[in-house]
Amino acid sequence: MEILGLTALELGEKIQKREISVREASEAALAQAQAAEPAVNSYVTLDPEGALRQADEIQKKIDAGDLNSPLAGVPVAVKDNMCIKGQLTTCSSKILSNFKPVYTAEAVRNLQKAGAVILGKTNMDEFAMGSTTETSYYGPTKNPHNTAYVPGGSSGGSCAAVAAQECFGALGSDTGGSIRQPSSFCGVVGMKPTYGTVSRYGLIAYGSSLDQIGPITKDVADCAAFLEVIASHDPKDSTSIRREDYRFTEALTDDVRGMKIGIPRDYMGEGLDSEVREAVMAAAKVLEERGAVIEEFDLGLVKYAIPAYYTIASAEASSNLERFDGVKYGYRAGEYEDLHNMYKKTRSEGFGAEVKRRIMLGSFVLSSGYYDAYYLKALRVKALIKRAFDAAFEKYDMILGPAAPTTAPELGKSLSDPLKMYLGDIYTISVNLAGLPGMSVPVGKDSRGLPIGMQLIGNVFQEKKLLRAAYTYECATGKQFEQAAQIGTAAGSRAGESGAESVQADTAKEAHQA
Amino acid sequence: MTKQYETVIGLEVHIELATKTKIFCGCSTEFGGTPNTHTCPVCTGMPGSLPVLNKQVVEYAMALGLVTNCRITQVCKFDRKNYFYPDNPQNYQISQLYLPIARDGYVEIEAGNGKKKVRIHEMHMEEDAGKLVHDEWDDTSLVDYNRSGVPLVEIVSEPDMRSADEVIAYLEKLRMIAQYLGVSDCKLQEGSMRADVNLSVREVGAETFGTRTEMKNLNSFKAIAHAIEGERTRQIELLDAGKEVVQETRRWDDNKEHSYAMRSKEDAQDYRYFPEPDLVPIVISDEWIAEVKARQPELRTEKLERYKKEFDIPRYDAEIITESKKMADVFEETTAACGKPKKVANWLMVETLRLMKDHGMEAEDLAFSPVNLAKLIDLVDAGTINSSVAKKVFEKIFTDDVDPEKYVEEKGLKMVNDEGALKETIDKVIASNPQAVADYKGGKEKALGALMGQTMRAMKGKANPGIVTQMLKEMLQD
Amino acid sequence: MDMANRISDETIEYVGILAKLELSDSEKEAAKADMEKMLDYIDTLNELDTSGIEPMSHVFQVSNVFREDVVTNGDNREEMLANAPQRKEDSFEVPRTIG
Repeated sequence: MEILGLTALELGEKIQKREISVREASEAALAQAQAAEPAVNSYVTLDPEGALRQADEIQKKIDAGDLNSPLAGVPVAVKDNMCIKGQLTTCSSKILSNFKPVYTAEAVRNLQKAGAVILGKTNMDEFAMGSTTETSYYGPTKNPHNTAYVPGGSSGGSCAAVAAQECFGALGSDTGGSIRQPSSFCGVVGMKPTYGTVSRYGLIAYGSSLDQIGPITKDVADCAAFLEVIASHDPKDSTSIRREDYRFTEALTDDVRGMKIGIPRDYMGEGLDSEVREAVMAAAKVLEERGAVIEEFDLGLVKYAIPAYYTIASAEASSNLERFDGVKYGYRAGEYEDLHNMYKKTRSEGFGAEVKRRIMLGSFVLSSGYYDAYYLKALRVKALIKRAFDAAFEKYDMILGPAAPTTAPELGKSLSDPLKMYLGDIYTISVNLAGLPGMSVPVGKDSRGLPIGMQLIGNVFQEKKLLRAAYTYECATGKQFEQAAQIGTAAGSRAGESGAESVQADTAKEAHQA
Repeated sequence: MTKQYETVIGLEVHIELATKTKIFCGCSTEFGGTPNTHTCPVCTGMPGSLPVLNKQVVEYAMALGLVTNCRITQVCKFDRKNYFYPDNPQNYQISQLYLPIARDGYVEIEAGNGKKKVRIHEMHMEEDAGKLVHDEWDDTSLVDYNRSGVPLVEIVSEPDMRSADEVIAYLEKLRMIAQYLGVSDCKLQEGSMRADVNLSVREVGAETFGTRTEMKNLNSFKAIAHAIEGERTRQIELLDAGKEVVQETRRWDDNKEHSYAMRSKEDAQDYRYFPEPDLVPIVISDEWIAEVKARQPELRTEKLERYKKEFDIPRYDAEIITESKKMADVFEETTAACGKPKKVANWLMVETLRLMKDHGMEAEDLAFSPVNLAKLIDLVDAGTINSSVAKKVFEKIFTDDVDPEKYVEEKGLKMVNDEGALKETIDKVIASNPQAVADYKGGKEKALGALMGQTMRAMKGKANPGIVTQMLKEMLQD
Repeated sequence: MDMANRISDETIEYVGILAKLELSDSEKEAAKADMEKMLDYIDTLNELDTSGIEPMSHVFQVSNVFREDVVTNGDNREEMLANAPQRKEDSFEVPRTIG
């Protein structure tokens, strides 16, 4: 418990002080992962050997005084859509089941440079298409707070791994809410930065104009620290932006006095679960008590974000996923008649149902005769949505609302009705369309003990304001909603009551013995 | 009874730009070599890789647009063209559809009876595909991505050409422009210039165009001319038989001199273009355009003017020499080395052109050092070698780039001016040719030529012909 | 509803050719139903008047991101070919592309 209960920054500090060795920290996380995986399935690939090798190298550098980053020696996980040289990178798809990249994604390189130990690659919805992590070829990830429920998605593996203490922080990617929604379902802190803040080089693209990598962490301070490490201007990504200020940890001040926060009425009305509404409004109240000015307003256009998003994201995805064809890498069908038959068989056997559904839709909306009516129309609506946010940010420093309309749904209940599943992204999607930063912070639990997340949305480049408000909230509430999951299936299980408690105790013991 | 038809042709010309690196990555554009040696995650379409635009490509494309009287699109963008084919690693090509870099230009060509304008519809930047080699035995094809991502400019003309001759004139004009600008070497055999031909026929006097076909895979001027002739005939035969021309893409087979329809259910030709999200727009300011213009190298018209002023060579010579940038470069460098522009021009226009024709070469293929030609001219002027020896030496310069001074020395080709040696030889020639001697003395001037030839042959061509003539005349008077 | 989208068998077949996906008969039926539903949903965008609005492909006004024309890559062929499902010598091997 001693090690696993630490935040990334706390652990990093103890490593710098030589109170904990990098190997001890890695072994503790690996042991916890090995114990939790049968129940949770956060990882597609767990790499104990590689992790310990990294741990020893990093320890040497720390001992030599060459590495003093706050995250040096901290064990982390990376979503399986980011390339790591020589390490299996599958996007949770059969079509990449044997793919080992020849280079490392820039965001991961930044983590490596800061001395983080990469434990493995986390499960996700196939090619990040989904909201439950059930579309993975490698089986669903389960919500560590209650394994009968989904962890959300698509970065469900990363969020579950953080919640289940299988790592001290993770990278996710967010195209329409894929960091914020599972963070909300798993009770962890997750941020999608402003588009262009973290390099997309090495992130296997889903919707290129919407994809953004971001941190998933145990608390707000870790979120700022991870963002500070992974954000960079990368000449290899033409859409990467040179920020004036990368010192995100400077925003961690307990003060929101005078900050103007708008709550969109359109986010709090029909379709929103009442327990979620109560928890989010209570969180707003906390910020108000700390001196923020809270107002309700009409954002507008909210219901149009989903159809616009699915048009744009599917169109880009249909093109981005054309490269998976059995020629250069990945799966190739065993039997085929000729070239085109090889393409079709490879792709039909290699992709899952949700991916095929979006490729078909995307190919259709771009096809001859439909481009203007669908694709260009969606790009125009995107412009209108951006304007609506611009207008809101003339009045407010940030927008506050729920990250999702409900808490996590039960396993197996979502995929049969895709459209209904898509509606779950209603509060997160427009943020990607407008390129804005957004984060999810745990603010409560429902009657079943499932976490609830509050979403904070900022204007472009205003991550620091979000971090400040989130940090202030955390200070005011004593992190009471950010405790680690007690792995089990019992609804509303509490620490000490579930069988999972013994799992943790055992693994911690093993870790210390190793 | 037979109808009279007119051929209507528009071209899509692809020019490979002479950049050092590919359009979206830092791989070399060098031609040939072992397959897949000039590749990286970007040009092999590895997951997660992203394109970054080579600035030189934009400037070369701008230069081409400006010289061909186009309007430069000051906010231009890239689009994705989606189609599956193994030489296209992402299964989409990054190209430009909606906002191409240049539009609405023209070039002037010399047609059968005077000058003619061929309008340029638009010009866009795009990436080249890889190379496919077909394995005869295994029923497979092999993919080499060395060429994948090499920058191309595609120049789309209006349907303004009416014959194969006009098409060739247009292509030669574009090639000359590109070479003068230094933006491409435009070698058809290496594929750095390629043309797709859009062709239709219509009855003479008709207002509207007929249905057109597009022919691909044309890699020489000869193939283009043959393909145009073949397609024109095919379409006229169809129409005369009361059938319709089908709009389609056809592939020219140069060996069989025949084109085939590339029809397949799997080729839907619906490219689903949309703006490339991985690249940002290119904004071209007036200042940038001015800069590119200012950097524009001397073009042919300016060269012609200068040659007249600076070198005082005939207009006709100057026109031939400046037909290709390479020839003009050789001329200027040789002249700079020997200071004899007229003689240099003669060597280029007579001997060089003759040897190029013998070897089936283009000016681009000239490989000899101008300084060696300059030395050769000096050797002749100094009387070190005579002109017939010089022609032989030039052949060696042309093929092997030999240093003429050394070569003449080594092979003992210097002219013999020694009157003693000559006198001995001429004595022998006079003694053994009494008939010719008698003829000459009897007033037949021509007989001198025979004696002259005998003497030169005996001297193995190295005698100074002026001195031989002089001495023969003197000795025959005795 | 009159406005509802209808996707024909031919359309599904055609989109399958574009996307290089081979669907079974039951998958085709499901795809038709899915696509009809999604297109009906996307059609709600037509409730918005977007006349005079420029389509927004990039959120930011960033432009002119270039590289200099300098060779930075060497011979990476072994790495590039390492994942090839089928390789012959230094090339990727695919089913024959022509005739």
